[in-house]
Amino acid sequence: MSWPSGKNNVLPGFTPALGYTVFYLSLIVLIPLSALFFKTATLTWEQFVAAVSAPRVLASYRVTFGSSLAAALVNAFFGVLVAWVLVRYRFPGKKLIDALVDLPFALPTAVAGITLASIYSPNGWLGRYLEPHGIKVAFTPLGIAIAMVFIGLPFVVRTVQPVLEELDQEIEEAASCLGANRWQIFSRVIFPTMLPAILTGFALSFARAVGEYGSVIFIAGNMPMVSEITPLLIITKLEQYDYAGATAIATVMLVVSFLLLLCINVLQKWSRRFAE
Amino acid sequence: MHVTRNHKNSGTVSEPAWVRYLLLTVALAFLALFLLMPLAAVFAQALEKGWQAYVEALKEPDTLSAIRLTLITAAVCVPANLFFGIVASWAIAKFSFPGKSFLITLIDLPFSVSPVVSGLIYVLIFGLQGWLGPWLQAHDIKIIFAVPGIILATVFVTFPFIARELIPLMESQGREEEEAALTLGASGLQTFFRVTFPNIKWGILYGVILCNARAMGEFGAVSVVSGHVRGSTNTIPLQVEILYNEYSYAAAFAVASILALLALVTLAVKTVAEWKMHQTVPVADKER
Repeated sequence: MSWPSGKNNVLPGFTPALGYTVFYLSLIVLIPLSALFFKTATLTWEQFVAAVSAPRVLASYRVTFGSSLAAALVNAFFGVLVAWVLVRYRFPGKKLIDALVDLPFALPTAVAGITLASIYSPNGWLGRYLEPHGIKVAFTPLGIAIAMVFIGLPFVVRTVQPVLEELDQEIEEAASCLGANRWQIFSRVIFPTMLPAILTGFALSFARAVGEYGSVIFIAGNMPMVSEITPLLIITKLEQYDYAGATAIATVMLVVSFLLLLCINVLQKWSRRFAE
Repeated sequence: MHVTRNHKNSGTVSEPAWVRYLLLTVALAFLALFLLMPLAAVFAQALEKGWQAYVEALKEPDTLSAIRLTLITAAVCVPANLFFGIVASWAIAKFSFPGKSFLITLIDLPFSVSPVVSGLIYVLIFGLQGWLGPWLQAHDIKIIFAVPGIILATVFVTFPFIARELIPLMESQGREEEEAALTLGASGLQTFFRVTFPNIKWGILYGVILCNARAMGEFGAVSVVSGHVRGSTNTIPLQVEILYNEYSYAAAFAVASILALLALVTLAVKTVAEWKMHQTVPVADKER
């Protein structure tokens, strides 16, 4: 029997291991995901279009994608700054802060959600100082964006950090010897090298924000047309037993996720080629 | 506080001191505002009404049953995904076959699916109007709005954690050591437990701790399939939501603080596992 694994590979267990992998993957992920497309296929095209382009649904796309974009941009900037500081500078408590960057990965979204909602509520720790200046955070798209900044930050830091660590400092020294000043070195030498990683982190952070539910709904206030995100709308439809509507919107979300995943894969390949 | 450049021959390629201090201050202020403040707020609000009220809130029967359900869920999900992760990374990292990178992409899929959609797909299969709904009802089996649905949705969202950690780790270690063991007469299982396992144990710990954190903290997916039956289908995060929506803020934050503590433990274990992995991997690299 000649498996593609090569005749020289003497390691046992390839067939059962791959078999189980494909079986479990199909059972848990592929078949359930396909259910979504089959259910959507039972709708007529008109029903589908009506479900995914109702005014309230369109407004939820605007809120979700607008806030996600704003949050991803904030994260791209501050994520690079945090990665830079963690890689290039030495300061007390650095290890602790480095570990803390992953907090949004580890903290359950519902906890993040109620905490952010209470901090930014009109009598919360920050809300009480922002409210008198006319800045309303809780129950507005601004609050949604803040929750999305929280959950998306580690993506940018953790994609940019390794690239910065491996950046050869001799190149900077060479540029310096050739008379470039610090800003020129950053913008012409360091930044272009980091760019693929920054874009990857940006896309990851954006993709996470688009699908996010738990950390957003508490601070969002969930007013239809104003601060209602698309994932919440899916749940609302489900609670009204509008399975077709929920499924149609979920299909749109899933297709968007797949497209983003495709972009991220292309970006990652690009950054790997850059690294070599 | 003294800020220095993290490099031996600083001087030629560094920013002026004021730029360094400025960047550091802005970065730390941002992290304090967005990470430290929420973390502190959880515990501050949990203890707002005193230690007594805090303990009382945790001793509520509904809360205790939520804790129990969360532990059960994690106890099923983590081993299931651990077994899958090890088997999948054995097939993917130790052998080469066509379609490998596509398979890895499929394994990563649950990460890019919105939690709400992850819950919905199980409702579409097992719900009353779903594929298996009528059959399940005829046989009096409840999956949606019951514990099995919660477990299934959680297995889905935590599916990639361990596999995606182990695949690159095992790939970086190659297969020479296993081949040597087999040549010396070890059986397949002996080879795995005596040779492969010691090399990947910190990677396994890393994957398990992250998988566990997500399993215990998952909210969106579980919220769709749970039905929010108090005392029976509520996990800790759902209990937090219910308490919060009932305006019992102190109790909500008390319950949330358990999850925040879990997050801190997760970060600590993760940092140790990462450090141990970095210790072992370069040695393996040098040997080759």
